[in-house]
Amino acid sequence: MIELDDVSIHAGEFSLSGISMQVPRGHYAVLMGRTGRGKTTILESICGLRKITSGRILIDGVDVTTWLPGDRQIGYVPQDLALFPTLTVAQHLAFALRLRKRPQSEIDERISQLAEVLGIMRLLGRKVDALSGGESQRVALGRALSFRPAVLLLDEPLSALDESTRAEMHELLKRVKKTTGVTTLHVTHSNEEAEVLADQRFELNDGVVTEG
Amino acid sequence: MRLMSEPVNASSSPTFRRRSDTPFFLVMGGISACFIILIVLLLAADVVFTSPSDFIDALRKPEIQAAFRLTILSCSAAAVLSLWVATPLGYLLSRYRFPGRWLVDTLVDIPIVLPPLVLGLSLLILFHLPIFGWELEAWLRDSVGFPVTYQWPAVVLAQFSVACAFAVRTMRVTFDQIDPRAEDVARTLGCTRGQAFMQIALPQAWRGMIAATTIAWARALGEFGPILVFAGATRMRTEVLSTTVFLELSIGQLNAAVAVSLLMVAMAVVVLLILRVLGTGLNA
Repeated sequence: MIELDDVSIHAGEFSLSGISMQVPRGHYAVLMGRTGRGKTTILESICGLRKITSGRILIDGVDVTTWLPGDRQIGYVPQDLALFPTLTVAQHLAFALRLRKRPQSEIDERISQLAEVLGIMRLLGRKVDALSGGESQRVALGRALSFRPAVLLLDEPLSALDESTRAEMHELLKRVKKTTGVTTLHVTHSNEEAEVLADQRFELNDGVVTEG
Repeated sequence: MRLMSEPVNASSSPTFRRRSDTPFFLVMGGISACFIILIVLLLAADVVFTSPSDFIDALRKPEIQAAFRLTILSCSAAAVLSLWVATPLGYLLSRYRFPGRWLVDTLVDIPIVLPPLVLGLSLLILFHLPIFGWELEAWLRDSVGFPVTYQWPAVVLAQFSVACAFAVRTMRVTFDQIDPRAEDVARTLGCTRGQAFMQIALPQAWRGMIAATTIAWARALGEFGPILVFAGATRMRTEVLSTTVFLELSIGQLNAAVAVSLLMVAMAVVVLLILRVLGTGLNA
């Protein structure tokens, strides 16, 4: 479960205050709103990359407001993907598990499992600089899901993709939703995405989040 | 329409005039060439002045061989130390906005702008300043058993003081060019800031690290003033190649001085070539 309780954030040119929202465990929520309104800021606050000025953030009932990002167990796919230029696709999928010191056999098993679901089996040995938009997107998603996070945050994951790749990614996200049941908050400005994927819809307008 | 059908007035007809870009290239190229020719002439004069036998004679001198060895060792030590300091400092300056950052940023540049002799004098004073009867040099010599002033460590420290400032600049530019977002995402995946630095930022910075080491090495090679003041110019003990040139000149051995100068030119060229080959874009 993701819970924001009266959260205020000041980020440079704008500020958000009194934001409260709840995404129950296993739900797929979509947060909509026009560009530049602070959707990304909200995601960054949830995963701990941005400090909030007041309020509380709870993940599965645990108050993680002051926790380091790495302790929150949140899978984050940023809009720019931010893949690691020096690592291969397989190393991306293994990264979070290596940090958690999981045994190699478990890591190998998880890599092939993810690569299978995401359809990136043939890319495993490749560096990330030669990947297409859709392929990069899948790698970023796999990296975020690798450690079976409590929560998945997606920041406009499909905005840079062409029409047919986007349709494929819709299917993939639906499959992820069904197979993993991870609580997801997906930021977008596309109505179509919201209709295809959302169990729950939030709208960010003038610094206020409303459920609709 | 009327305007179009009017006979073309002689005064409004376009005047055809062929112009040339030659003066532009002549002026710009001429001014640029002055500097290039000056450098080439300097090197050519050295080469013409010395003969291969002078060069070999000079390199056979035990004092010059000792100076060559000390130069290679002290420059390498100064360069490695510089990299160790410049990597974390460059990273902090590049990634964080902390109180007093502008002050740190300015202080780092001081060894670059300070006259070399002043830097050497400052080092000398620092090591011999009595603080309530305690003196750094005396403590290092008597308690630690590691005297610095007028010994080889003074050479390394004098070289390091300037070389490190250049290495910090290079490492800062290196980290500025690396997208911090990947480190952010690594932190959400479970990294602490330290792990994100070691596992994500550092592997991307290797070119910059080699460039920083090379620049620091080259700066250390050219260091002279601070070494003269802080380490002295004792033959076979604290003599590096730049001091050799000075010492040989002062005893009228112009041939040996020029031969050693050429040796240093060759070493500098090797360093510049390494930078070019790496293509770091940091060698400007």
